[in-house]
Amino acid sequence: MRRYSAFAVAREAARYHTGWERAWRSPEPKKKYDVIIVGAGGHGLATAFYLGKNHGITNVAVLEKGWLGGGNTGRNTTIIRSNYLQDPSAALYEKARSLYETMSQDLNYNVMFSPRGVIMLAQTEHEVRGYKRTAHANALQGVQTEFIGPERVKQLVPIINLEGPRYPVLGGLWQARAGTARHDAVAWGYARACSDMGMDIIQQCEVTGVRSEGGKVTGVDTTRGAIDCDKLGMVVAGNSGPLAEMAGFRLPIESVALQALVSEPIKPCMDVVVMANTVHGYMSQSDKGEMVIGGGTDGYNNYTQRGAFHHIEETVRALVETFPMVSRLKMLRQWGGIVDVTGDRSPIIGKTPLGNCFINAGWGTGGFKTIPGGGWATAELIAKGEPGPLAAEFGMERFIEGRFIDESVAAGVAH
Amino acid sequence: MLILECPCCGVTGEETEFHGGGEAHLKRFGPGSADTDFENYLFMRENPKGVHLERWRHVNGCGKWFHVARCTVTLEIFGSYSAQTLEPPQEIKDAISAKRPGWSWRDFS
Ligand SMILES: Cc1cc2nc3c(=O)[nH]c(=O)nc-3n(C[C@H](O)[C@H](O)[C@H](O)COP(=O)(O)OP(=O)(O)OC[C@H]3O[C@@H](n4cnc5c(N)ncnc54)[C@H](O)[C@@H]3O)c2cc1C
Ligand SMILES: [Zn+2]
Repeated sequence: MRRYSAFAVAREAARYHTGWERAWRSPEPKKKYDVIIVGAGGHGLATAFYLGKNHGITNVAVLEKGWLGGGNTGRNTTIIRSNYLQDPSAALYEKARSLYETMSQDLNYNVMFSPRGVIMLAQTEHEVRGYKRTAHANALQGVQTEFIGPERVKQLVPIINLEGPRYPVLGGLWQARAGTARHDAVAWGYARACSDMGMDIIQQCEVTGVRSEGGKVTGVDTTRGAIDCDKLGMVVAGNSGPLAEMAGFRLPIESVALQALVSEPIKPCMDVVVMANTVHGYMSQSDKGEMVIGGGTDGYNNYTQRGAFHHIEETVRALVETFPMVSRLKMLRQWGGIVDVTGDRSPIIGKTPLGNCFINAGWGTGGFKTIPGGGWATAELIAKGEPGPLAAEFGMERFIEGRFIDESVAAGVAH
Repeated sequence: MLILECPCCGVTGEETEFHGGGEAHLKRFGPGSADTDFENYLFMRENPKGVHLERWRHVNGCGKWFHVARCTVTLEIFGSYSAQTLEPPQEIKDAISAKRPGWSWRDFS
């Protein structure tokens, strides 16, 4: 693989950009792999990457039914933060956030990580107490966050309206090292690095069946033929239910639509990410100048990758009261993704009823921020057959044991 | 946007008049039941890609709960029926079969 660098840009400019090579190969599937990962979203690709980088396993295929990054990874609003309440979440999300800081260098691919800071507004007394509690928990966990008052909020976000018609801004939970990154680049950067390690990324290859014998997976059926494997990783987000059904087990997951939208590009007006969880909306400004907007999930099981219009209206209503200037913005695009929501709003990284089959799912509305951490933990699980410290608490057995990692109260909004 | 009919009051309305209540026909288990039963009832879900049976409430109307048979891939509604039943009535099953021959959902088909 030719490295990307300022020198490479100059070299290619001098020869009319004729020398760039493809970022990743598109090989035919082999008969058998040591590990097959189903799903080339961020988590699937990061899992493959760390299988190679941390565990030396490179006879790996990543199978993708569409195009890589075309699931939720390429549809998300890219908020990266780690100010979670529960210890296992804080450890996993902070690991991921810290890996984002060096990702561009590690992958030799510019993922445009921008640690611009994230504020979660407190707009009720309950939220003020909740976020103070989270700030204290974060201090103990070694995650840098701070509860700030309304004056500081206004200083950080001049376009905000502190005296909203329904809920005044009483303060906020501020994580200065949180931020955003370029979603496609994260998928592409991992794909390029995996391909360089000799792994096969096979797009347009849908898994249609899981073959097993004596409680172990032997391979998968795909739209490009049967492929054998020693170990299988299921990393398909909103499609986890149907894939698990192919393998003969059920999951504590429901798939629902989450929508986002962007405005026309405008001049720079907000250089942090703001989440308003009580009124249910959040916003940041992209490098192109578009305001990137999201809200809550649609209220029923859905596989259509689109949502209902009235949810957009709710989201925009929330933002108009928080940022009055939004009422003058034209919206450019709107889209949806199918997110995989668990009973305690925390992800699943763990074993399945099939001995050599592992699952990474349930990231719901907030799994972009964890792509490097989730991949790291899932690779360790697949390589060793047992979860390491990062994934230990996230197994599915927590639902039967009543050991929830309850984050639903801590965020209360999609993110 | 979904158009639903409330079988309790007979009103047909669009989605904003109703509120989704998740999977229908859950068998409830209480204190003292086996861990797996409890887990199945509280957390395990069908989450099908296709025909789904689910609960809805007519929140901005008569306020009552009812059941709906719906496709999660096309968002087609096959019909709605009373919540006071342990399984979908025959005419709902027939309506689904007419459009999705060979469908099944848990033990129903
Ligand atoms: C609108 C929206 C906004 C969001 N905002 C944020 C945010 O601000 N911050 C944040 O942290 N998270 C956010 N999220 C959540 C985040 O996008 C996801 O949690 C994350 O991208 C999940 O990554 P993944 O790799 O698990 O899934 P995906 O990226 O969905 O990848 C799964 C892949 O599996 C493939 N697949 C499925 N079934 C099969 C099959 N049978 N065979 C082969 N391939 C298959 C799919 O095509 C897909 O490419 C948002 C999500 C949405 C929809
Ligand atoms: Zn009614």
